[in-house]
Amino acid sequence: VGAGERLMRVAFTVNGKPAEVEVEPRTSLADCLRDRLRLTGTHLGCEHGVCGACTVILDGAAVRSCLMLAVQAEGSRIVTVEGLSRDDGLTPLQTAFKKHHALQCGFCTPGMLTTAHALLTEEPDADADRIRMVLSGNLCRCTGYIPIVEAVLEARAAYRAAPASPHPNPPPPAGEGGPRTASATENPPPQAGEGRVGAGSGAP
Amino acid sequence: MTPVNRYIGSPVERVEDLRFLRGRGEYVGDLTRDGLLHAAILRSPVAHGRIRALDAQPALALAGVHAVITAADIGSGADKVPKIPLRLQTSPATEPFRQPVIAEGRLRYVGEPIAVVLADSAALAEDGVDAIAFDIEQLPPVADRHISGRHEILLFEAAGSNLAMQFTALRGDADAAFAAADYTRRGRFASQRHTALPLEPRGLLAEWDAQAGRLTVSGAAKVPFFNRRALAQMIGLAESAIDLIENDVGGGFGARGEFYPEDFLIPFAARHVGRPVMWIEDRREHLIAMNHARQMDCEVEIACRRDGTILGLRGDIFVDLGAYIRTNGLTAPRNVAQFFSGPYRIPNIRLTSSALVTNKTPTGTYRAPGRCEGSFFCERLIELAAKDLGIDPVEMRRRNLIADAEMPYPLAQVEPGDLYAETECDSGDYAHTLDRCLAEFGWTEKRKLNGRLIDGRYHGVAIACFIEGGGAGPKELARLELERDGSVTVSVGSAAVGQGLETIIAQIAADGLGLSLDQVRVLHGSTTLLADGYGSFHSRSTVLGGSAVWQGAALLLDKIKNAAAARLGCAAAEIEVTEGQAGLRDGPSVALAELAGDRLIADAVFENHHKHTYAYGSAAAHVAVDPGTGHVELIDYLVVEDVGRIVNPLTLHGQVIGATVQGLGGAFMEELVYDANGQLLSGNLADYLIPTATDFPTIRAIALEHRPSPTNPLGVKGAGEGGIIPVGGLMANAVAAALSSFGAEPNELPLSPPRVWQLINPPSS
Repeated sequence: VGAGERLMRVAFTVNGKPAEVEVEPRTSLADCLRDRLRLTGTHLGCEHGVCGACTVILDGAAVRSCLMLAVQAEGSRIVTVEGLSRDDGLTPLQTAFKKHHALQCGFCTPGMLTTAHALLTEEPDADADRIRMVLSGNLCRCTGYIPIVEAVLEARAAYRAAPASPHPNPPPPAGEGGPRTASATENPPPQAGEGRVGAGSGAP
Repeated sequence: MTPVNRYIGSPVERVEDLRFLRGRGEYVGDLTRDGLLHAAILRSPVAHGRIRALDAQPALALAGVHAVITAADIGSGADKVPKIPLRLQTSPATEPFRQPVIAEGRLRYVGEPIAVVLADSAALAEDGVDAIAFDIEQLPPVADRHISGRHEILLFEAAGSNLAMQFTALRGDADAAFAAADYTRRGRFASQRHTALPLEPRGLLAEWDAQAGRLTVSGAAKVPFFNRRALAQMIGLAESAIDLIENDVGGGFGARGEFYPEDFLIPFAARHVGRPVMWIEDRREHLIAMNHARQMDCEVEIACRRDGTILGLRGDIFVDLGAYIRTNGLTAPRNVAQFFSGPYRIPNIRLTSSALVTNKTPTGTYRAPGRCEGSFFCERLIELAAKDLGIDPVEMRRRNLIADAEMPYPLAQVEPGDLYAETECDSGDYAHTLDRCLAEFGWTEKRKLNGRLIDGRYHGVAIACFIEGGGAGPKELARLELERDGSVTVSVGSAAVGQGLETIIAQIAADGLGLSLDQVRVLHGSTTLLADGYGSFHSRSTVLGGSAVWQGAALLLDKIKNAAAARLGCAAAEIEVTEGQAGLRDGPSVALAELAGDRLIADAVFENHHKHTYAYGSAAAHVAVDPGTGHVELIDYLVVEDVGRIVNPLTLHGQVIGATVQGLGGAFMEELVYDANGQLLSGNLADYLIPTATDFPTIRAIALEHRPSPTNPLGVKGAGEGGIIPVGGLMANAVAAALSSFGAEPNELPLSPPRVWQLINPPSS
C-alpha cells in the first residue's frame, strides 16, 4: 500500500456472483476486476477511456472500467465478457463474431461484445448506422470494423426473439446483463458472512 | 500426396476464437506469479540532453518500492551497457547508431529509458518513477531530417555524421534514359510519421530461477528465437538457459516483438532482484517507446516516352529515422528504394535512400515498410506524368505493368546488399487484376464523376496497382508428433500475432495428414518447442511455416504408414489413413492412437533462402470532398489481389480489409506530431486518431488465385500486407481528381481536413 493510502472495502456482484475486495481508493474498476478478481477478459488498451477494450456492463449500461474507481462500483451488478455466455457455449452474438471473422487478435473483442450486448439488449432493432455509431467508441486495429458490424447486425435476431427477456438465447447467468430498466438499485441479498458495506450506494 | 480433407481453401472458422470470445485468452498482462514485482520505467522528458545527476533514493524510500535499476547497475564504464543488435540489414557501419538498453548519460529522444523501478504494484512503481530526482542538461534538439542533414548538431559524435545509412536501388542506366527521354518530370512527396499501434500494449514477465540458472520470459512475439539469441549475448547467459514464451498477442503489424530496451531491462531486473518481474506498457509510454514508422520525403524524377512508356526513375529519398537504428530500422529505408517501382516495368532506376538520425523515437517496420511509402510516391508521380502527357491514368498504368510473360521479373538491385539485394517477382498476371478491379468497381461509369460538384461535394476516383513481397527466408522449422489419443501436435517456428496462425497451420496439417481439424493441435512461437525458429514478419508464416508443416505432414504420414504396415503385415504403400485409422482399404486397420506408442515424430525444415513471393493487385476508390471543411468521405473502395493460393478465404479477407483500413488511417488521420523541441504532441489516443467504426464502412475486397507461387509446395504467397500498400497513393490521386478544378496536387500525407482545405484555399501569395 502506498504512502498514506488506506484500503477500502467494496462489494458488488460480478457475473452473478458476489464479490468483495479491499482496494486502495485509487484502484480502477478495471484493475480491480483484472488483478484482484482475476477476470482478465477485461482488457486495458489505453487507460484513458478512448479504446473501449475495458468496457463492462454495469447495472445494464456499458461503461469503461478504466475510468471508474472500484469503490464507485459499490453495490452494482457487473457483467464482464466472462459472464456473457454460460459454460462452454457461445451466445448468438459471440457465434456471429466467429462466423463473420469479427476478431483477429482478440484484444478489443471483450469490449466490442459487451458494448454490442448492451446496445442490442436495449435496441434490438438498431440499424447499421446506429451500430457503427455506438461501436465507434471502441477501437479495433485488426478488422477494419466491417465484419464486426456485420456480426452485430446478424445477432439482432436473437435479441428480438425474446423481447420480454433481458437476455438473448442462451441467456447469461441469472440477474446479469439485463437492461437498465431491470432496477439498477436492486441488489441480491447479502451472503452469509459477506459483510457488505453501503449496499445500494456508490454506483455512478 | 493427395489432400483428403480440402480444408485448404475453405472458409474455416478460427480455432482461436472460442477462447477470445469468452474472455479466456491469455495475454502477457493476464499472467501472474507469486512474489511478483511490477516494473515502471523512468523515461527521458527531453529530446536531447545529458543526465547530470540521478538520485534513486527518494524512490527507494517509498513503501513498496524494492529496487531502482539505472545504467550504473547494468554496467560501469561507457561501453558496458549492452547495445541492441540489428536483426536485419546488419553491417559494421551501423555500430555507432545502435541503441543502448538504458541511457548512459546522453539522452536522444523523449521516451528513452533512464531507470527501472520495481515495486509491489504497477501503481507503486509509477509512484517510484515520479519520486526519482534527476537533473538534465538540455542540448539543442535535432528535430527533423533537414536539421539532421546539416550535421551541425550530431547525435553520435563518434559517427561524425547524422547519416546512419544510405541505400541505392539500381537497374539499367538511369542517367542515359533521362538524357534520351521525350518527357521528364520531377515530384516532391512526403509521408508522415505514424505507427503500427497494436491494441494490446507491449508487456513482459521475466522469471529467474537462480538455482537452475534459467531465465524465462513471457510476452515474446514475432521473432522469439532471434530475441533469445540477442538476450543471451547481452545478458551473458547461454541460449539454452533462456526460454522465450509466446502468449496470446494483441496485434503486431511489424512493431511488436522486435527487441526493444525493455526486452533486456525486464529480464535483467528479474535476475537482479531474484523475483518475477512484470512490465506492462501504458498507452502514452507505447506512443513514445515503440517503433514509429513511415516518415520519409523524396525528390524524384520520372522519364517517359510520349506514349507513356516509363523509361526511368531517379532521385533521392530521405528517411527521418529517429534517434537510433533499431533491430529493423533500416528495412523501410532499404525497401522504399527497391520497391518504389512496384508492379511497373521500369528498366532504368537509380534511387538513393538516406536514413538520417533525429531526436525522436526510433523507427522500425510497420506493415509493408517502405512499400507503402514507395507506392504513394510512385503512384503520384505516374498520375502527374499521365496528366502532363494527356494519357488516361488507367492506360498509363496498363502500358507499364509487368507482363505475365516477363516472369520472373527482376526488381532493382539494392546496395549495400543483403540476402535479398536481388529479388524477382515470382509470377503474376498483373493486368488481369487491373481489369477485374475496373470491372467490379464500375470504373467506366464512376470516372465520369471526376471533378463534379454534387450536393456540395467534389467527387473523384482513382486507381492504383501494387505488389506485395512475402515469404522471406531463410527457413522455418516444424515438428509433428502423433499423440496417444491419435491426434497430432504441430509445433511451428512461426509466431502468432493475432492473424489466425493456429487455424491456418491446422488446416494445412489436417489436409496433409488426412485428419479432421479438431485432431490437430498447433503450438507456435515459443523457444521451448523447437531447436530454432524464424518467426512472423514479411508475410512469411503461411509461406514458410505452412510449407514446413506441409512437408512435416508428409514425413509423419510416411512414418504412420510404415508403422501400420509393420503391424498389419503389408506394404506401406497399401496403407490409407482416414478418420483416425491406418489400414488397408476395406481391410484390417489400426487406430492411430495405438501407433502413438512408437513415438512417431516428424521434423521438417523448409528452406528458401533467396526467393520471395509477390502477391499483386489493383485497387480503386471513389471519394467525395467537402470544400467547406476539407473532409474526405470514402464512398467506395475495392481491392482485388491475387495471392497465388488461398488457404482460408475468411482470414485472408480479414487481412485485406483490416490492412486497407489501417492504410486509410495513415492516409487521412494518423500522425505523430512533434514540436521543434522534439516533444511528441499527439501522445495519446485522443490526439493520435486511428479509424473507428464510422469512418470507412465501404471497403470491398476480392481475392484471386490465378498464379500460384513457384517458390513453395503450397503455391501460397504472403498476403498480410498488400491491402495497406496502395492506399496512400490512391487517396491522394482520388482527391486530386476530385479537386482538379482547383489544380490541387496533394503530395503530402495525411490528407487531414486542414491540409485538404488548404489545397482548395491555397495561402494567398
